[in-house]
Amino acid sequence: MTAEIGSDACFTNRIDPGVDELVVNVGPSHPSTHGVCRVIVHLDGEVVTKAEPVIGYLHRGIEKMAENRTYLQVVPLTDRLDYVGSMYANWAYCRAVERLAGIQVPERAEYLRVIVCEMQRIASHMMSLGSAAADTGAATMFIYAFDQRERVIEAFEELCGARLTYNYVRPGGVSFEIPEGWTERVLQFCRDHREGLEQMDRLFFGNVIAKDRMKHIGVLSPEDAVAWGASGPVARGSGVNWDMRKHDPYSVYPRFDFDVPTGSNGDCYDRARVRLFECYESCRIIEQAISQMHPGPIRTPGLPRLLAPRPGDAYDHIESARGALGVYLVSDGSVRPYRMKVRSPAFCNLALLPLLAEGHMLSDLVVILGSLDPVFGEVDR
Amino acid sequence: MALIDRLGETLDKGQGSGIILSTVDSLLDWARGKSLWAMPMGTACCAMELIAASFNKFDFDRHGTFPRPDPRHTDVMIVAGTITKKMAPAVKQLYEQMADPKWVIAMGNCAVSGGIFYYDTYSVVRGVDEFLPVDVYIAGCPPRPESLQDAVFRLRERIATESIAPDRRREAVLTLPGSADISFGVRPGDHGADEQGGAR
Amino acid sequence: MNIAALREHLCATYPDLCPLFSIEFGDGVLSVDPDRLLEAAGNLKDLGFDRLSVVTAVDRPTHFELVYRLYARPMSAAVFIKCNVDRENPRVHSLAGLWPAALWQERETFDMFGIIFEGHPDLRRILLPDDWEGYPLRKDYQDETLIRRPDYI
Repeated sequence: MTAEIGSDACFTNRIDPGVDELVVNVGPSHPSTHGVCRVIVHLDGEVVTKAEPVIGYLHRGIEKMAENRTYLQVVPLTDRLDYVGSMYANWAYCRAVERLAGIQVPERAEYLRVIVCEMQRIASHMMSLGSAAADTGAATMFIYAFDQRERVIEAFEELCGARLTYNYVRPGGVSFEIPEGWTERVLQFCRDHREGLEQMDRLFFGNVIAKDRMKHIGVLSPEDAVAWGASGPVARGSGVNWDMRKHDPYSVYPRFDFDVPTGSNGDCYDRARVRLFECYESCRIIEQAISQMHPGPIRTPGLPRLLAPRPGDAYDHIESARGALGVYLVSDGSVRPYRMKVRSPAFCNLALLPLLAEGHMLSDLVVILGSLDPVFGEVDR
Repeated sequence: MALIDRLGETLDKGQGSGIILSTVDSLLDWARGKSLWAMPMGTACCAMELIAASFNKFDFDRHGTFPRPDPRHTDVMIVAGTITKKMAPAVKQLYEQMADPKWVIAMGNCAVSGGIFYYDTYSVVRGVDEFLPVDVYIAGCPPRPESLQDAVFRLRERIATESIAPDRRREAVLTLPGSADISFGVRPGDHGADEQGGAR
Repeated sequence: MNIAALREHLCATYPDLCPLFSIEFGDGVLSVDPDRLLEAAGNLKDLGFDRLSVVTAVDRPTHFELVYRLYARPMSAAVFIKCNVDRENPRVHSLAGLWPAALWQERETFDMFGIIFEGHPDLRRILLPDDWEGYPLRKDYQDETLIRRPDYI
């Protein structure tokens, strides 16, 4: 703002449009940017005329690192991509390796992968819903949501000993068999979780403040969602009925009966609500998977520690909590990947921010950013 | 700060004023250690554990540590996560904006040494101590929330040895009446640590 | 839609693209020259490939291989476009006009490989700082701060 202190312009609420532009730098360390995102915001008064995300503050070069690791050693790196949902990157990477090396995964391992990834979806959406609520000022909801998330993390800790970076899904299977009584505890969690979701739905989504802050904010049209490469709840909030678990099925997902919740308005409220309903569907999938699962091997027997797949390339993707998470692997026949590329859904969704934020108030910018649910480990890689 | 520095120096050199100095030190260290507001410099995975530590299950507030994302309000910067070359200037700037006295906790292997991102990468700073003075290091990838709470207790022990007199460290003895069990006496294994981790 | 049906569909609609189409390990791959990339991508978009899911590059010893992955939601079909560009003067036309999804992904490819996307409205570095030297995902990238990991496999 170039208005001099003491001049009339300082005391008016709004600067005349077109006369003056205020450039505000938000981040890279800001409590409501959900990580290390910087947004350069051009303001006319309080209205955003242009928002330009600046990313890369967490760019660690994982794709370069993978070129000097063996195929198995890359798995821990993929944990650090999407640190709110580590299982997804594990799985997407392992699927690419399995496709490249032609590995058949035992059925029980596929079921275990589905169970942990659906639990991970709950944990990730709880984080997202909680922080979306905190952005609108509802701190209680964050605590309720975090309570549910902690229970998932406790179950994961029991399963593989880590709270965040699991390293659980490995090429050819999973690393550990489930502990005794684990499935009962997971089923109990699913029952409790539904109650928790209903409570959250009443507490937050029925709340007039949440509706006022989130409805008609950051509206994304279905055409834009497809053209900009949006996926996951961001696309489904706009009514794009596209979920790869359903429409491009992988693993054992065709055996489950579940719905794909979609929104209709494409605003922040719909995007958040889609996440809430996806948690119900995840509970359904977990229950079906546990009932269908049979004892059996959890790893492909006889798999060498040093995988050396055929020369060539492979791409495989899964539906993560943020959308289509794909891994593109190029092999030259050696024991290390020649090139690994992670198609990060958060990266593609975040590219929508300038489109969505334009014309909204500065205070809505954080709500829009939160509704895109970026995780910067995955955005920046 | 300058006034306190001069006061410390005067008391240190003065004849017989050591008892005043040690009393003032005890009071200040007690006050500083009991209310360590944290600047959550969370960048990556460790930030999730930092949030988990602040929330319901682990409840950092009961130890007087409260996350405030404003550097001007805070005493200790908790660097949680990988610091890249692009991020490092911002971290340094935030540290410089914090008011003295200030401390730094390096949480997680990335903030300690680069951790898993030590080799083969072109964009990661190998440890936050390359540009910040770190007081407490926590290993782990990521460390558990309990480790972070333990680190705050360790930091209290360290703060309890600080003196306002320059170049002087004092024995960590408490002279304030009634404070022996509440100041830095809380150690892992005492009531503080048991409530959070053991009971589950 | 399976890959053979996709091939038939493609050959029926655009016969001149048919010889460029091949099936590698179960994936449909369209190999085009840089000067025909925009046209071929436009044709595929008209065919129903409404999503551009991946833009990336691979540093081969003699050339850069640009890889685009397109996805057609109505058909549930995916196809790769591969395009070899010169290593010395890597230039190719941007696809941002067809799919805005390419905007950031092409910026990232530029950032990591130094491939110039002509017609891109805002081709700047995205992940690395603006004053960074070199393109790190090139195999010949040199950086004195990079420590190679000892080989203990």
